Amino acid sequence: MDKKDAAGPSCSCTPDQQTPSCGCLTENPPAAEIRTATSTITLADRWDHLITRWGWNREGHRVEPGLYRLGNPSADSPVFVSANFTLSFDALRSALADTDAWILVLDTKGINVWCAAGKGTFGTGELVRSIGCSGLIGVVRHRKIIVPQLGAPGISWPEVLRKSGFTVEYGPVRAKDLPEYLKTHKATPAMRRVEFPMKDRLVLTPVEFVHIALPMLIVAAALWFLASPVAALAAVIAVIAGTVLFPALLPFIPTQDFSTKGLILGAVVALPFTFLFGTNPSLPFWADALAAAAALLIIAAVVSYLALNFTGCTTFTSRTGVKKEIFRYVPVMAVMAVAGSIAGIALGVSRLLGVI
Amino acid sequence: MFNIRRTERSEIRGEEERHQSLFDSYTETSLNYDPDRCINCKRCTQVCPHGVFAEGPDHVELARPAACMECGACALNCPVQAITVQSGVGCAWAMIAAALRGKDMDTECSCGGDESSCCGQAKTDPCSCEEK
Repeated sequence: MDKKDAAGPSCSCTPDQQTPSCGCLTENPPAAEIRTATSTITLADRWDHLITRWGWNREGHRVEPGLYRLGNPSADSPVFVSANFTLSFDALRSALADTDAWILVLDTKGINVWCAAGKGTFGTGELVRSIGCSGLIGVVRHRKIIVPQLGAPGISWPEVLRKSGFTVEYGPVRAKDLPEYLKTHKATPAMRRVEFPMKDRLVLTPVEFVHIALPMLIVAAALWFLASPVAALAAVIAVIAGTVLFPALLPFIPTQDFSTKGLILGAVVALPFTFLFGTNPSLPFWADALAAAAALLIIAAVVSYLALNFTGCTTFTSRTGVKKEIFRYVPVMAVMAVAGSIAGIALGVSRLLGVI
Repeated sequence: MFNIRRTERSEIRGEEERHQSLFDSYTETSLNYDPDRCINCKRCTQVCPHGVFAEGPDHVELARPAACMECGACALNCPVQAITVQSGVGCAWAMIAAALRGKDMDTECSCGGDESSCCGQAKTDPCSCEEK
């Protein structure tokens, strides 16, 4: 989810079902351009995938929308639908190495299938429009299109059938299961399930970290000069814990809620700093206590907040649950952060006044 | 909140779920299924990424309601409106940002896309192909 927010009109992100169907369907379809795709992933593609995973040029990983020819397809070859995001399109074409097929790329503004489906851009309206505008009706004899299962939150198959005459077949969740799926056109229960294994969680961590790296560096620099280099290190460690360690350890941390998982992880990560700050022999007891409390409260609150934000990246959290978490825990995090900050500021002021 | 004909077994399971709800905000969802309307087309079992629906003899069954992530795929693809769910992306950042700006958490979208169109929703005329 991009955090850039334009002052555009507010909208509900529910799929738009009111979009009128495209007129091309009923008239003579125009001779639209058909592009050629291969199933080979080149070195340049791999570089593109890598920088995508690091959040570089977020809007720029796009494929030209429209109809593509993969291999040597005929009028009876299957039609697959994809998004115009390079990772989505490349996953599909590389999985179809030995298949002659047509690929219809929808204009999802460079967003992957599942996220775009959630927003409605990978949706009934865009699918019907693309079917019409690509001239697909004159390219294939059959009237069946294979849509990735994770496109379903944006697609209403009865609507697509009514507006375009094409029957939607939902393929498996993962493109790599397509060769197996195509043997019978039946997906096994495993092919229909979304999991969230370690590899899938870790691949998200660079973007999570990069997102918050700049504010983290600013805070760390400020702490370096205002407090101590160790305090600066604490800020960096807290962010790494929230954006890298938390996703990696997600299923292993106790409790179900992300906020409480984050609080637990944050408290554990804060322990060395709490101990270090709390046992400074050159300071009076009350100053040690304040420093220890500040470290524990702020680090735990920051990690917990970052953990809660990871809900948007997972494959299973519901809106109802996340909302409940926000109301339950964000006030707690705020109180902890404010209390910790007051302790820190009190220490700073004491030092300035020469009390300690 | 599940509008299902509960069997004794699921009643017990529901009891267990309530006991475990400490530090678990994900036991209830807005998913609603009316088995009387179901025509057993099984589309929901195809689109659900979490196996919430399972095939049954006369109609599909709600097998794992608490696993629902409210993506809305089942409701949108049910041809007889036997399923309703308040779908939305469970993204805390977007919801907190909306709440802080005083907007409605349920409808406000603060995720990306191109700046001129909310959520990157296509602004182009759906029939623009005719002009080509």
